[in-house]
This record gives sequence, structure tokens and C-alpha cells, in this order.
Amino acid sequence: MWYLCMFFHRLLDYRKAEVESLAQLFLDDKDKWSSLEWRIPLHHHPDSPFHYVNLPSEDAARNIANRSILVKGIYEIWGEGGSYEELEESIRSYPDERKLPYLEPGTTFKITVDSFGKVISFQDQNDRIKGFTYIPFKGQVNLKNPDHKFWVMETDDYGSSNGLPPVEGRRIFFGREVGGADRSLLPTYQLKSRNYLGPTAMDAEIAFLMANQALATPGKLVYDPFVGTGSILVAAAHFGAMTMGADIDIRVVRDGRGPDCNVWSNFKQYGLPMPVGLLRADNNLPPWRSGLKEVFDAIICDPPYGVRAGGRKSGGRKLLKGTVDPYTVPDDKRTDHIPSTGAYSLVECVHDLLDLAARMLIMGGRLVFFYPVLREDDNVENHFPEHPCFKLIATSEQILSSRYSRVLLTMVKISPYTEEIAEAARIKHIDFRENHLKWLEDGNLHSAVFSPDPQLTATGDSKLGKEPKPKYRGKYV
Amino acid sequence: MRLLTHNMLSSNIKGVSNGFPLRIEVGKVVEKQVDFNADFLRNMFPKIEWKAFVDAAKTVGYAELPEEVDSSALESEEFLNKFHHALLELHLEEGALVCPETGRRFPVSKGIPNMLLHEDEV
Ligand SMILES: C[S@@+](CC[C@H](N)C(=O)[O-])C[C@H]1O[C@@H](n2cnc3c(N)ncnc32)[C@H](O)[C@@H]1O
Repeated sequence: MWYLCMFFHRLLDYRKAEVESLAQLFLDDKDKWSSLEWRIPLHHHPDSPFHYVNLPSEDAARNIANRSILVKGIYEIWGEGGSYEELEESIRSYPDERKLPYLEPGTTFKITVDSFGKVISFQDQNDRIKGFTYIPFKGQVNLKNPDHKFWVMETDDYGSSNGLPPVEGRRIFFGREVGGADRSLLPTYQLKSRNYLGPTAMDAEIAFLMANQALATPGKLVYDPFVGTGSILVAAAHFGAMTMGADIDIRVVRDGRGPDCNVWSNFKQYGLPMPVGLLRADNNLPPWRSGLKEVFDAIICDPPYGVRAGGRKSGGRKLLKGTVDPYTVPDDKRTDHIPSTGAYSLVECVHDLLDLAARMLIMGGRLVFFYPVLREDDNVENHFPEHPCFKLIATSEQILSSRYSRVLLTMVKISPYTEEIAEAARIKHIDFRENHLKWLEDGNLHSAVFSPDPQLTATGDSKLGKEPKPKYRGKYV
Repeated sequence: MRLLTHNMLSSNIKGVSNGFPLRIEVGKVVEKQVDFNADFLRNMFPKIEWKAFVDAAKTVGYAELPEEVDSSALESEEFLNKFHHALLELHLEEGALVCPETGRRFPVSKGIPNMLLHEDEV
């Protein structure tokens, strides 16, 4: 059945991807395997908050909406039109057997008028509500906690005050709410009130979206190889998953800022179960035993690209005093020795991440991670990393500045990690090690993306001369 | 560090051919209660190296696990409870994991194993 899905007008690229992912959690197996059908309402733009989506049941629609972060509401639409007259006609012709159960005496209800792109005065809202006398409501009005919530949703019929391209005509929807996001999560989990924060802690809203892309649920094990302060795993734990994380930086992952301000305390703060494991390890040389595979249901992470938290890996060559190459750590310095690390290029980091995920994810498991892109690149899609074990199923761009974006990639493991794939990865690993400098020069999008020459940036924007994304797109939209 | 993690880790020092299981050097073990989730236990069970798990449990003072099991054990609630307890509720807070081949100690402090290698071990 077709439902109207109204999104919050933000993070436009994440909206459908989230619903598609949640459908995997809440649809029956028989309905699951094709992607959902979507339809844009008459006169609407693909970036409009209104989309029709075809879902097999009201329960599925409700579960998806309630678990989502970006779905303002999913509605059973009783009618729509370009004017209130057309709307009335449309509602009248909607089958009684679909309407009457929600109009019965003894039930409570509420009608809310909502608009996108304009403000409707209280007076006008009331007038509109009074106009629905042709719907035989037998229940009682209850504004606080009604059994049934009805919505009148209007969209703009003039200019484009909402930032979207002007619509050609007005559209009014009347529908019954089936479910909607619980955004009260966001103030609860906002970073501002997080105990232990780092410079790259993941924003709560994005972390929840990542956990949804990863299908985090109770009984699953979710791993973050670049765990930092744990902010992504906090979101996964909120949805009931068991979590595990690693980081190369012992101060970040173990010490934090004291006994009550560390990764553990970030879980405690929200009454969430602690991660089942935290360790200090280098994702370039993961310490998993060789026979171990297919243990994680999902891997979610924000890999260390960028100036603030550029990647490091084991085996730097910072010589201690008095030692000669080939490098050895003197015995008396071993115990408290702090190994030096070398720079970790973006290509190598992504290679390691895909290899780890290919081996350690269960079949059907998901790898969800951010990937940086230069916005002026027209063919961004062609540059996303690929791996024979994975199928890329969603790409959601978040614009960070006029030049850079990060794209949340969602991949599903579709074939097993074979001996041949493992061997190819091993050879590549050695190649990275031996040709370290070459890789840093040739393959390092990271330095191009995140450490731009300041002079270039200063003049770069005006030189671009083309706008790859519509004007209304920005960091949060 | 819980025994689940212990069962997943090995010494990956260059040249070491079998770094599993790491020998546990106990400093301090604590018990923390964890919510029981049977699905999680069933998912994890086939991934566990059982002998290493039983030995590790003994090292941290828990000897209730059967020496040998197969997946039919998962039907027994009593078994699941023991498995849950050993896998998730026993924490090595302080101590070390020792490489079976080289004797290299990977320290565990504040519950976190430090698996990072030295420059000459990679
Ligand atoms: C972008 S931050 C992730 C922050 C994290 N999402 C949080 O909530 O705090 C990247 C993290 O990767 C870590 N890192 C860098 N190189 C690494 C490596 N080779 N292996 C494991 N972790 C690494 C950094 O210490 C940093 O904490």
C-alpha cells in the first residue's frame, strides 16, 4: 500500500537510504529483497520532503517511521488535491471501510495543520480544521494524547521560501499518522552534554543514521576499528547491539580524561551496556587470530582521514637515541616503549578497512563508513572504493564546505572471503609497506582533500564557476 | 577485557606463526553483570575456539565450563547461563596477554589490551 512519507527537511541524501535500510529490519523476508518503490507527489521536486512509498503493511510503516531519525511522519493518505475543494472530493471518495474504524465513538483524535514553505496563522489553521465537517468524526478531540492523529499538510503555491525550486502548484494532503521519528533522542544524546568528547566525535544525529544504515539491533555485534571516543558505538548500543571498538591511540581509547571521563563513561552516561571489548590496535595490522572470520554483524566507522585526526599506523622510523638501523627497540626500553607510527594514507586505510570487513563480517553484514570527496569532481560515483565481497547499496553525501563533502557509504557483504581474495590483499599490504612513499604521493586523496594549500582555498571557490549541487544544499540539508 | 575478546586475539608479531591463544597473566579480575541475550550467545558460539575459552576461564578462576561441547548444548539454559557468564561477565582489568611463541607481553590495563606492536615487530 502507498503511504506518504514526510521527511524532516535536512540531510536530504540520507532520507530514503534510511527508510530503505530500516525496511530490511521490519519487512518480512518475502517482501525484502527488492528495493522499495517510491513516487514523488504531483508538482513536487525530488528534494521535497514529501515522497510516496509503497510498503507491505501498516506495521512495517510504523516500525520504520518510529525507528527512523529523518522521517517526520508516515501517513495513510485519505485524500490530496490542488485546492480544498479537490481535497474534499478526494477524501469523500476514499473508501469508508478504510476511514470509519478511525472515526468511531469512544476514540480520541486530533487534527494538526502543517505547512512546508510558508507559515499559516492560528486563525487560518482553525478555519481549515473547521472545514472538515464533511468527515464524520464521532470521537472526542484530545490534543495531548489522541488515539488517532490526522494531518493536513500544505505545500507552497508561490515562490520558493523553503529554498527548493518554486513549485508549479499547491498540493494539500490529508492523512492519518501511522508513525514518526522520535527526535527527542537527539537532545538526549547531543554532543554538547556528552561526558567525554574528542575533536572528531561523531554528531549524534549522524551516528544514529549510521547505526540505522548498519541495521544495529539486539543480539548483533557491531565493531568500530577507529572507535575514538565511541560516539558511533553509543548509537549502535542505543539500538541494542553489542559493541566492540579499537583505536591506535591509547590516550583516546583507554585513558580519556580520567576515571569518569572516558569511552566507558560515555556508555554509562546513558545507561547503555558497555562495549564488550575495547582495545588498542592498529587497523593496518589487526590482532585477530588467523582462523577468525564472520564474527561481526556490522562495521561502522569514521576512518582517520583529515587534518584533525589523520591516520597513523605501526612501524614509524623515529629512531631512539643510540640505536642503528635496522631498527630495534633496546631491551631496557621495551616495557614502557611508545611505538612511533607512520602516516597512514587514505588508500591504504580504505584497503585495510575493506579487507578487514570482507573477512570479519557475516554474509549479509554491513560496512558503513565515511569517505571524503572533492565536490568539484563530477564523477564522484566512479571513485568510490570497490571490493569483490561487497555491493555498494547507498551513498549519502554530506556537504562540509564549498569544496569538500563526505559521503556515507553503505556496503553489504555479498560473497565470502576466499583464499584468493585474502592472498591478493596480503600482496597489496606488502606493496603498501614497500612503496609507502609512492602511495603517499600518488594515492593520497587525503592530502588533496583535507590539507589543501591555504592559498588555493582562498581563491579556489570563486574560480570553480560551477555549482555541483543546488544552492539550498549545505551541511545540514 | 572479557574472554570473548581474548578468544578473538592473537599475537601478530612478524615471524610468529601461531600467536593463539595468548596466555593470560592475571593481575586483577572483576565480575560485572551483563544483560543476557540468547541470540547473541547463539551467534557467537560457533565462532569460539572452545579449548582456548575453557582454559582462559580457568585462568581467571571459573571452572564450570564443559571441556567439550557441540551446538546441541545451546538448547540447555544452564549451559547458556554459564557460557554467558564466562564470555561476558568476567573481566581482566589488569594483567597481560603473553605471546605463546615469543613470550612478548601485551599489557592489559583498565580493561584494555594494548595490542600495538613495536617498530621492530611489524
Ligand atoms: C575520525 S576519528 C574517529 C572518531 C570517533 N568516531 C569518535 O567518536 O570519537 C579517527 C580515529 O582513528 C584513530 N586511528 C588513526 N589511525 C588508526 C589506525 N591505524 N588504527 C586504528 N585507529 C586509528 C585515531 O586515533 C582517531 O581516534
